[in-house]
Amino acid sequence: MGMTMTQKILAAHAGLDKVTAGQLINGKLDIVLGNDITTPVAVNEFKKADFRSVFDRDRVAIVLDHFVPNKDIKAAEQSKTCREFACSHCVSHFYDVGKMGIEHALLPEQGVVTAGDCIIGADSHTCTYGALGAFSTGVGSTDMAAGMATGMAWFKVPSAIRFNLTGKLAKNCSGKDVILTIIGMIGVDGALYKSMEFTGGGVSALSMDDRLCICNMAIEAGAKNGIFPVDDVTMTYLNGRSERPPVVYEADADAEYERVIDIDLTQIVPTVACPHLPENTRPASELHGVKIDQVVIGSCTNGRLEDMEAAYQILKGKKVAQGVRVIIIPGTMQILRECVERGWYTAFIDAGAVVSTPTCGPCLGGYMGILAAGEKCLATTNRNFVGRMGHVDSEVYLASPHTAAASALAGYISEYQEGEA
Amino acid sequence: MNTNGKAFKYPDNVDTDVIIPARYLNTPDAKELALHCMEDIDQSFVKKVQKGDVMVAGWNFGCGSSREHAPLVIKTCGTGCVIAKGFARIFYRNAINIGLPILECEAAAEEIGAGDQVSVDFDTGVILNQTTGKAYQAQPFPPFIQHIIRCGGLLKSLKEGETHE
Repeated sequence: MGMTMTQKILAAHAGLDKVTAGQLINGKLDIVLGNDITTPVAVNEFKKADFRSVFDRDRVAIVLDHFVPNKDIKAAEQSKTCREFACSHCVSHFYDVGKMGIEHALLPEQGVVTAGDCIIGADSHTCTYGALGAFSTGVGSTDMAAGMATGMAWFKVPSAIRFNLTGKLAKNCSGKDVILTIIGMIGVDGALYKSMEFTGGGVSALSMDDRLCICNMAIEAGAKNGIFPVDDVTMTYLNGRSERPPVVYEADADAEYERVIDIDLTQIVPTVACPHLPENTRPASELHGVKIDQVVIGSCTNGRLEDMEAAYQILKGKKVAQGVRVIIIPGTMQILRECVERGWYTAFIDAGAVVSTPTCGPCLGGYMGILAAGEKCLATTNRNFVGRMGHVDSEVYLASPHTAAASALAGYISEYQEGEA
Repeated sequence: MNTNGKAFKYPDNVDTDVIIPARYLNTPDAKELALHCMEDIDQSFVKKVQKGDVMVAGWNFGCGSSREHAPLVIKTCGTGCVIAKGFARIFYRNAINIGLPILECEAAAEEIGAGDQVSVDFDTGVILNQTTGKAYQAQPFPPFIQHIIRCGGLLKSLKEGETHE
């Protein structure tokens, strides 16, 4: 029996010819990542264990993004801990205010992660980089500390679910509708401990931003990782960007999958996950009765250039509905700059939205858009758990940038109809 | 090693945002964070929990964020063990790495009631509901994970210079 793409990357990084699902391995790491919330805990563990240096200053990435620019004094202390550690160990991929972005938008954009990599990050959405054809998974701070010190991590080789994608998305749909539909089908633990391997003829029609969004939310189905094959779209994206040469792995023709699920992209409709789990999905068209108080367009899931463009195409020349607060958060400084240069920033302001510096901010209820009791927010973020964006009695609905922008104009949940803009 | 205490019962899909809401994560201080453990679904937990008590939950416990603060606050509150039908993978890994005992046992998680007196023997994986007198056998950890637990966490096991084969 052959290996899946994930298994091949893990075997190569463990120095083994073959691995099988369930096997425990020690893998060499290409990148170890942390943010301003998880790194201070890792630094503490690193020091407690008396490690003196990081294994490779070029293979550690520390991104200040969750509560940055610092939201309060305690957050400032956490950032300071990260900054001092990065400085004392000469960490080359350290991103502070002015250079920073939301980590999972930033690292692919800056070419820090590439195809064939084995990556751990002390952030659950580290699974995003599977879009580039890498094995990438979220871990905790202690694993981050161990990874920074040794350049190694232990893994249980995952079994896999293969998603056979066919067809092409409608214009009012994006990767977000695909992954929300899948999570609705299999549930929040539907891929627990497994890899989600996206394959099939439909892959080529998905942009890199769509793929990054789809892999980003693999964790929301409980998966260890999500992964796409490397194709022309990947190579075009990586070309001139990737710091290290990409390495291409392909699944064996006789690789074993626990399940194969066919997804016809032409059948995907604008989809919304209702409170309080990402699996509570319904077509946006069935939710027109839900009045919203706030819209957030951003996050590591949907803060990329295509997401901003979707928001612009729908909001330009229009006004957001009375009583709806619309917060737009470009994922990185480069994306923010593009928004300015292309005139989108002005269009957002003219529509009655606010535009923020890159930050995770409201997605996890940090700052920049906290909800009061009873308020409803439609967000392009990734989680709608109880209290996720503020008060325990507030509610978060998850959707694509198209649906979020259309809903911002309507004042209630509404899908974008082509030709409307 | 063992623990003995009262059971606190929770449903499926308890996520890390309710175990420790992100709004408090502007500090890495476990004692300060522990004051808010479970507060978004059970405000009384922190007031009631005693050293050695046991959390009993359904499927996919600890889903969501990778924050290690989640198992850390459960441990810091004095909780002796979490018994669940199943755990989310990052939480499982983090709990092992920081030394919070966790056990997978579907029958125990189903049948133990809130407030039941429960004792757990970590060496044998035997869970005893003293209130009902019923005993359960939890899934044993693989040897590699037992090694991490014996060493007192991942970093200590690395310091010992041993890796699994």
